[in-house]
Amino acid sequence: MYAAISITPQIWSSPLARMLWLIPAGPMAASGAIALFKQPKRKAAATLALGALAFSLLLSLASFGHVVAGWSHGIAVREVVNFTWIQFGAANLELGWVLDPLSAVMLVMVSFVGLLIFIYSTGYMEHDANYTRFFCFMSLFAGAMLGVVIANSILLLFMCWELVGLTSYLLIGFWYQKPPAAAAAKKAFLTTRVGDVFFLLGIVWLFSQTGTLLFYNHGAGSIEVGALAVLLAQPAALGLTAAGAIGLLIFAGAAGKSGQFPLHVWLPDAMEGPTPVSALIHAATMVAAGVYLIARVYPLLQFGALPGGTTVALTVVAWVGAFTAVFAALIAIAQNDIKRILAYSTVSQLGYMMAGLGMGGVAVGIFHLITHAFFKALLFLGAGSVIHGCQEEQDVRRMGGLKSDMPLTFLTYAIGMLALCGFPLLFSGFWSKDGILEAAQHWSVSKVPLYMLIFGALLTAFYMTRQVAYVFFGHWRGGKPAIESPAVMTMPLAIMAFFAMALGLIGTPAWPWFRAFLDGRAAGFSPHAFFEPGLVTLMSASTVVVVLGMILAWRMYGDRSPKPTEPDVLEQSFPVSWGWLRDRLYVDELYGVTVIAFYDWWARVADWLDRRVWARIVDGVTHVFGLWAQLNRFLDNNWVDGSFDKGCEELSTGGGLLARVQTGRVQTYLRILAMAVVVLALMLIWSGRA
Amino acid sequence: MTPLGDYLLVAALVFSIGLAGALTRRNAILVLIGIELMLNAANLNLIAFWRYGSHPHPDPLTGMMFAIFSIAVAAAEAAVGLGLVIFIHRHAKTTDLDQMHRMKG
Repeated sequence: MYAAISITPQIWSSPLARMLWLIPAGPMAASGAIALFKQPKRKAAATLALGALAFSLLLSLASFGHVVAGWSHGIAVREVVNFTWIQFGAANLELGWVLDPLSAVMLVMVSFVGLLIFIYSTGYMEHDANYTRFFCFMSLFAGAMLGVVIANSILLLFMCWELVGLTSYLLIGFWYQKPPAAAAAKKAFLTTRVGDVFFLLGIVWLFSQTGTLLFYNHGAGSIEVGALAVLLAQPAALGLTAAGAIGLLIFAGAAGKSGQFPLHVWLPDAMEGPTPVSALIHAATMVAAGVYLIARVYPLLQFGALPGGTTVALTVVAWVGAFTAVFAALIAIAQNDIKRILAYSTVSQLGYMMAGLGMGGVAVGIFHLITHAFFKALLFLGAGSVIHGCQEEQDVRRMGGLKSDMPLTFLTYAIGMLALCGFPLLFSGFWSKDGILEAAQHWSVSKVPLYMLIFGALLTAFYMTRQVAYVFFGHWRGGKPAIESPAVMTMPLAIMAFFAMALGLIGTPAWPWFRAFLDGRAAGFSPHAFFEPGLVTLMSASTVVVVLGMILAWRMYGDRSPKPTEPDVLEQSFPVSWGWLRDRLYVDELYGVTVIAFYDWWARVADWLDRRVWARIVDGVTHVFGLWAQLNRFLDNNWVDGSFDKGCEELSTGGGLLARVQTGRVQTYLRILAMAVVVLALMLIWSGRA
Repeated sequence: MTPLGDYLLVAALVFSIGLAGALTRRNAILVLIGIELMLNAANLNLIAFWRYGSHPHPDPLTGMMFAIFSIAVAAAEAAVGLGLVIFIHRHAKTTDLDQMHRMKG
């Protein structure tokens, strides 16, 4: 299961690898330039942002081609470019970037999805007053995200990681005049910060143990065998090695960014941002950065596992992922905001990816990441198109019948929805989710995650069918009739829909190209792999589950067009559990009475201390200095000033006396001069005589 | 040959006349003339000392060069001085030096 990645160190790095820094630098520079633009320069801002990202996409494609070419010649490409950033004492802070299959795949995905979403945004944000600011932030985000992807130094990764968090904050709060948006931005920032503190601890620990910040450095990097052996020899607590403990700290950071339970609370609220932001940052790329991070530091978590076995750290990752997958899918059932449903779906799918990483390895998780990026961005952009067409309405109960009003949006949305549900054969989500289920099937620790994930698949099919039934079927229940969005918005939808289907072809069990590429093995075409007994059973089971979920939801919601005020079908049968799910299982409220209440109390204590204790001390010190100043003033007035004034008076009198000599009559001066000459001459004569 | 003392005596006389003129006259132009006289007395001394000081083999041109240099400076000075006098006259309608004491500090 854990295919060992054997890579011979490559000292030489190609010119392309040395140019890799240009990929994030382009959008970042564009963002800086746009920041200087005036607000009315809308067209220039959008052109610059799009151009820079298109440039990044071209370079990414070239890098990807380079890696694929190397791989098809049997070379596992891993080219690194490292340099020292700061040197202090004996320690160096090193930065660098890496071009390997993992970063190449992510580069192409981020820049391609990003470019499509940028194009879509030019239509979606057309009437927004802060169009240039939007593209400035989006460009900065794209640059930082590409930086995360290429980083070969955990410090560089962390810096870009924080930049990504910053742009996420800025863009969630893009419409900061809306109080919920401002609050959601703050919530996202603070919640991810909790994870980031652990991440930083992990970085410091890793640096102190291995003495390097680089991932790969020709055998001397922190996640290469030499350093791992050192880390493995040191047991930490609870049966973890130091490597596993550091890995788990980093996983805490990843959980914050990727919305894993219990740090998922910010992601649904983040939907207050503009929809292209939700699609790019909170569905396709940034939230997947956590998954990518775990894939990047995978050796830390995995090292020391026996063949076919697993480690404590990976077990934790798998359980958290599986739990999040089911947990978020349950909540998604009872939501009515079109974007919130998708947000909980994202949390759930990120759980699938984490579970895939925990149980099946890098390729399994990353394949789902890539397919999910396309179909979830597609769904979000489709939702944006729906919202745009329905005059900013977001409640699915106030929509309906849009399949005839917005045919193109409906078609693409349906493809995205089927891909997300994992509908068999034609859709990418089926293959990538199947990979995860297959990994769960073979997991040596427990079979429970397998059943959890299959149950999650049922829920996914259910809530997505419910949403589509509400939005696109039945009759229109909103205000003004909906209109189809312009081509600049539907065209990216169509492109993404194509990839939501086609991407599955590179990851089928018969031709596991993607997996072989990431693992550095040769890809073979073997149709008989379809007919392995375990796999057939699994694929049929997941198909049955998906179809069952869709039929169930269709029986309950299809073509019924319930009134917005009417209680949900499920609510009529199970009012109590529905209430729990609708209120998001009270996680926010739980945090409200624990963490937030504690901080509230602590703030009160600090306030009391400020007023009663520190203020008194500061006042006392002020008083002492006041007295000292009084004393000084007395001395100044009576002694220092008097003598100084006297001196000045004397100088002034002397000056007056001397001024009298200056008559201004030129002949007086000449006379004095002549007399002086005579006196001098006489002195010369007398001295000569003597 | 006329002795050196005679030249020095004439030079001292010219210098004294010039000094007396410069000190006693009120008219700025006459003061300038006095200054010119004093300068020329100095020139006379320069030439005389050059001619007699290194007798019998005078150094070529040293004293002469000094004198020519001095004359050139005197000419420039006279030009500036007269220019100033003309401006003062235009400004104050007088060349009386006793009236010109406004630039005292």
